[in-house]
Amino acid sequence: MSAALTWIWKALGDLIDGPLRSLQKHIGAHRMAYVFLAPNLIIFGLFSFWPMLLNFYIAFTGGQSVILAERPLIGVENFRELLACPSYLDPRTCPVAGYSFWTGLWNTLFFALVQVPIMVVVALVTALILNRNIRGRGFWRAVYFYPVMLSPVVVAVIWDWILKRRGILNALLDDMVSGWNDLARSGVWFEIGLGLILLLPLLPVTRALLARIASPHRLRLSHGLAVGLAILLSTWLARSGGLVLPDYRPVNWLIDQRAGWPMFWVIFVYTWGHLGFYMLILLAGLQAIPRDLYEAAEMDGTSRFRSFWRITLPLLMPTMVVVLVLSLIRAFQVFDEVYVLTGGGPGQATKMIIQHIYESAFIGDAKRYGIAAASSVLVAGLLMVLTLVQLLVTRRRAGG
Amino acid sequence: MITGAEIGTFLSRRRGIGRLHWSDWLTYGYLLMGVLIVLLPILWMILSSLKSPAALVENDPRALPYEQITIPAADGKSHTVFLWTRSDGVAVDVALVGVRGLNARVFEPGRPDTVFEVPRASLQRKETVAPRWDNYTEPTIGSTQSRTFNFLRYFWNSSFVTVVATLLTLIVNAMAGFALSKYRFAGRDAMALVIIATLLVPPTVILVPLFITVSKLGLLNSLWGVIIPAVATPTGVFLLRQYMLTIPDELLEAARMDAASEWKIFWRIILPLSLPALSVLAILSVMWRWNDFMWPLIVLTQSEVFTLQLGLSTFKGELNDNMHHLLAMTVLTLLPVTLVFVVLQKHITTGIANTGLK
Amino acid sequence: MASLDLRNVKKAYGATNVIHGIDLSIRHGEFIVFVGPSGCGKSTLLRMIAGLEVVSGGEIAIDGTAVNDVPAAERGLAMVFQSYALYPHMSVRQNLSFGLENLHMPKDEIARRVAEAARMLRIEPYLERRPGQLSGGQRQRVAIGRAVVREPRIFLFDEPLSNLDAKLRVQMRVEIGSLHQRLGNTMIYVTHDQVEAMTMADRIAVLRDGRLEQFGAPLDLYNRPASLFVAGFIGSPRMNFLEGTIEAVTPSAMTLRLKGGEAVTVSCAPASGAEAVGAAIKLGIRPEHVTLARSEAPDIRLAVTLTEQLGGDSYLHGTTPSGETFSVRLAGQTSVRRGDDIGLVLGTPTLRHVFNAATGVVYPPI
Repeated sequence: MSAALTWIWKALGDLIDGPLRSLQKHIGAHRMAYVFLAPNLIIFGLFSFWPMLLNFYIAFTGGQSVILAERPLIGVENFRELLACPSYLDPRTCPVAGYSFWTGLWNTLFFALVQVPIMVVVALVTALILNRNIRGRGFWRAVYFYPVMLSPVVVAVIWDWILKRRGILNALLDDMVSGWNDLARSGVWFEIGLGLILLLPLLPVTRALLARIASPHRLRLSHGLAVGLAILLSTWLARSGGLVLPDYRPVNWLIDQRAGWPMFWVIFVYTWGHLGFYMLILLAGLQAIPRDLYEAAEMDGTSRFRSFWRITLPLLMPTMVVVLVLSLIRAFQVFDEVYVLTGGGPGQATKMIIQHIYESAFIGDAKRYGIAAASSVLVAGLLMVLTLVQLLVTRRRAGG
Repeated sequence: MITGAEIGTFLSRRRGIGRLHWSDWLTYGYLLMGVLIVLLPILWMILSSLKSPAALVENDPRALPYEQITIPAADGKSHTVFLWTRSDGVAVDVALVGVRGLNARVFEPGRPDTVFEVPRASLQRKETVAPRWDNYTEPTIGSTQSRTFNFLRYFWNSSFVTVVATLLTLIVNAMAGFALSKYRFAGRDAMALVIIATLLVPPTVILVPLFITVSKLGLLNSLWGVIIPAVATPTGVFLLRQYMLTIPDELLEAARMDAASEWKIFWRIILPLSLPALSVLAILSVMWRWNDFMWPLIVLTQSEVFTLQLGLSTFKGELNDNMHHLLAMTVLTLLPVTLVFVVLQKHITTGIANTGLK
Repeated sequence: MASLDLRNVKKAYGATNVIHGIDLSIRHGEFIVFVGPSGCGKSTLLRMIAGLEVVSGGEIAIDGTAVNDVPAAERGLAMVFQSYALYPHMSVRQNLSFGLENLHMPKDEIARRVAEAARMLRIEPYLERRPGQLSGGQRQRVAIGRAVVREPRIFLFDEPLSNLDAKLRVQMRVEIGSLHQRLGNTMIYVTHDQVEAMTMADRIAVLRDGRLEQFGAPLDLYNRPASLFVAGFIGSPRMNFLEGTIEAVTPSAMTLRLKGGEAVTVSCAPASGAEAVGAAIKLGIRPEHVTLARSEAPDIRLAVTLTEQLGGDSYLHGTTPSGETFSVRLAGQTSVRRGDDIGLVLGTPTLRHVFNAATGVVYPPI
C-alpha cells in the first residue's frame, strides 16, 4: 500500500518535473522561485486584488448589469443613499437602502458587542477549568470543540428544530413548570422538604444572630430558632400558593420579538458553535505558561488567588487579545448561522450587515450591486482597522 | 462565605491530594453541564431523525421513536391498535374501526367481524419503538419520486469541492510557501506583504466584484467557481512558510548537489518533510470547504450543482412538511465531519491550537 | 581525475566583501584542507566551488574549464555537509540512491554502486534504516557514502567531523584518509581545526578574513610560516611571541632587542637590510624549541606560574620579565615548580621566526 503510494508520488513528481526541469535550464534555478509563486499570485490577483479594486469602482456605478461596461457611473449616489439619514440611530428615517444598511449595522454592532464578551469569558472559564488537574482532559476538550467542526447550516437546523414553537425546549419547560406546580401543590411532604431546604441557610444565620448571647444553651437556642423559622416559612410559602407558577405558555423563540428572544438565540447559537475554538486557543495559551513559575510562586508563599492574578492573567494577556480581536472580526462578518436560522427575521430584528450586502446584490428582482459594493467599502474600512490591530498584536507576540 | 483563597484554589491548576475537593465537584459539574449543552441538541436531532413524520408533526417529546401499532385491514388499509381497559380492570388489545361521538368502534384482533363500541376514554395508545430508516433511504437510494432531496447529487458535489479544493490548496500554497521561505529573490518581501495584505480583505466584503469576476470567467453555476477563488489562502501560505523555514537549507543544498531539480527538491524533499504542517492545512481546508455556505450560495443557483449545505438550507427554507427528511439529511451531512473528528481528534485540536487558525 | 583552479575568486554580499580575490591551483588527486578561524570565508569558498554560492568575481575552473555558470548539479562534485544533511524521511539506501536516480542512472548500476559504497563504509546493516535511527558516526558514514556513490570528480567536505566526539573524530579522520588513498580523487576539506589540517592534508590553504594567508604542505607551514597569523594558527601549543625591535642587521645575522632588554640573534633579515634597524618586530619561537638553560647563558628568564605534567611531556607557563606570557614544552618530566624563576634558551637561530609587527609578514631567512 505505502509502496504503491510512494511509487505514484514519485511518478507524479517526475511527470511534472519534465517540463519544469527544462524551464529551469532556461531561466536558472533561482528564478524558479517565481514559477513556484506564480499560481498563488495569479489566484490572489484575480480573486482578491482585482476584486478589491473593482469594488471601489462598482461602488460608484448604478444599474443592475453584471457587465461593467453597462454600468453607468453615478458618483457618490450609492453612498448618499446609504448615508443620507436624518438620524443614524433610527434607520427608519433613512432611504430604503440606508434603512437596510443601518439596521444591519446596528444589529451587527449589538451582536458583536454582546456576543464577544460573553463568549470570551465563558471560553476563558472553560479553559481554566480544563487546565486544572482533571481526568480525561482530552475527552472534555474534544467534546467542547466538536461544534466548531459542524457547518453553520447544520448548527442552524439543529437549533431551529429545538426552538420550534412545538419543539423540545418548550416541551421541557412546560414539563418543568407543571412538574414543579404538581410538587408545590402536593401538600405536607412538599412543606417538609421545603422546610429542610430552608434550614440549610437558616442555621448559620441564626447562629450568627445569637453569637453575642453568652448562654450555655446558645447552640440549642439557635437551632431551635432555625427550625421554628423554617417551619413557619415553609408553611406560609406552600399554603399561600406563592410558589405555584403560572401555566407555561410556549414561546415562539425565533419569531416572538417581544422579549428579544430571536436575538438572544442568535447570540446563543453562534456562541454554541464557536466557543470551542477560542477555548482551545486559550487553553493552549494557559498550557504554555511554564509550571515552574507556579512552583516558584508557591515557594515564595504566594497565595493561589494572587498567583492567578499576577502570573496566569498577565502571561495569558497576549492570547486574550488575539482571541478578542479575532472573535470581534469574525462576529462582524456573521452571516451563515443567522441567515439559515432566522433569515434575518422576524422583520429585520436579526438582519446583519453582511446579509444586507448579500441581499442588496443577490436577492430580489433589483440587483443593486452598486449599493452592495458601497456598503462593502464602508464595512471593509471597519474590518481593516480590526485586522490591522490583530496583525500588530500577533506580530508583537511572535516577535516577543 | 467563599474566600479569595478558595477561589484561588478553584482557579489554580493543582488540587489537594486524596479525596475530591469541593472545587473538583464544581469542576466536574461544570464540565458535565457543558457536555450536555453541547451534545444533547445533536443527540436530540439524531433521535428525531428516526421518527415518523407523524411523530415529528406532533413534536413527540419522547426520546425514542415510538410508532402506533397497526394491523392490516381487509381493504388494504390498516387499523391502529389500542389497549382497552375493560370495566372489570382487565386490559385487552382492540383495533380501531372508527369513532362515534365519545365512543370508539373497535374489534378484537382475530375477530374482525364482531365490532363493538367502547368509551374512548378507556382506550390507550399501543406503541412500539420503531426507528424509521426510511427517512434516510428515501432521499438517498429511494425511488426518484420520493426524493424530495437529491442527497447523492449534493453529496457528490460537496465531496468533489472538498477533495479537489483541498488538494489544490495544499499544492498551490506549499509552492508559494516554499518560494517565500527558501529563495532570495527580488521582490520577495513585497510579495509576502501583498499576500499578508489580502488578510485585510475578507471575502465577505468583496462579494460583488468577486461575483462579477467569477461570472465573467464563466464559472457561475460551476463547482470550479466555488473551488478556485479560495484556493490561495494567505493563512495557508504563512502556515507552510513558517514550517518550511525550520527545514535546514543544507538539505536543499545536498539535494542540489545530488542533481535534483528545484521542482524535485520541492516534491521529494520539502513536501514530505512538511507533512505535519500540510496535514494541519488539509484538516482546516476540509473543514472550510465541507462547511462552506456563503460563497457557494452566491456562485451556485441551480440545484444540480448545489452542495450539501446549500441543499440543506434551501430545503429548510421551503415550507414543506418534510422535516423527517431534513433531519435525516442533516445527520448524514454532519456524519463525515464527525467521523473525521473522532478519528483525528487529537491531531485536529493540537494542530488548531498550535496555529491559532480556524 | 580533476584539477581545480581558482583565479582571483571574489565574493560579495551586497556591499560587504567576504572573499577578496583568491588564487589557488589544486592538482589532481590532492587532499587539500582549507583552514582558518570561523568567519574567514573557507566555507563560502567551498560552497562557491560546489556551485551553491554565486561567484561575484574571478573564475573557478575544473580541469581547465570555467564552471562559474554551471549549476551545482552539473559540476560533477559531491559534498559532505557539516550537519550531514541526510534526507530524514528516506532510508539510508534511498539517501544514497536519490542523487543517482536524478541522473537517470540504470537501476542495476545504482544498486551496484550503493552496495559497494555500503560495503566500503561498513553501513550495510543500516541500509533500510532512517537517518534518525543512526548514531553520529553512522550518519557521518552515510553522508560520505552519499558522496562516494556519485563517483565525483572532486569531493568537498564542509567541517564534517565537528559534530562528533573526540574519539570518533580521530577514527573518522583515519577513515577519510584511507578513503582518499583508495579512491585517489581530489578532495577539498574545510575545517577550523589545525590538527585535522596537519594530519590529513597534502597541502593546506590557510585563510583569514577572506584572504589566502599561505598555501603549502603541512610541514612547510609549520617550519616556514609566512605570517604571524599562520605561525600562531599552525602548531599546538601555540607559538610564543615576544615584542622587540631590530637592533642591527649584518649579512649573516640580525640582532634583536626584546622588550625586556635581552638581545637575541636570528638568522633571518628584512629585504631592506640595514634600513630596517629600529623597526618593531615580533619574535616567534615554538614552545617545543625552547630549552632550559643549564651551562649556557639564558636568552630570557621566565617566572613560572603553572606547570602541567602530562607524563611524556611537560608544559611550563609563565611570564617574562617584561610581562609577556610564554610557554615551554619539555620532553619527559620536570622538577620545575610554580614560582620558580628559570633561564631559557630560545632554540637555535634558525628556529627563531621574526615578523614585522605592523604587517605581520615574516622576514625571510638569510
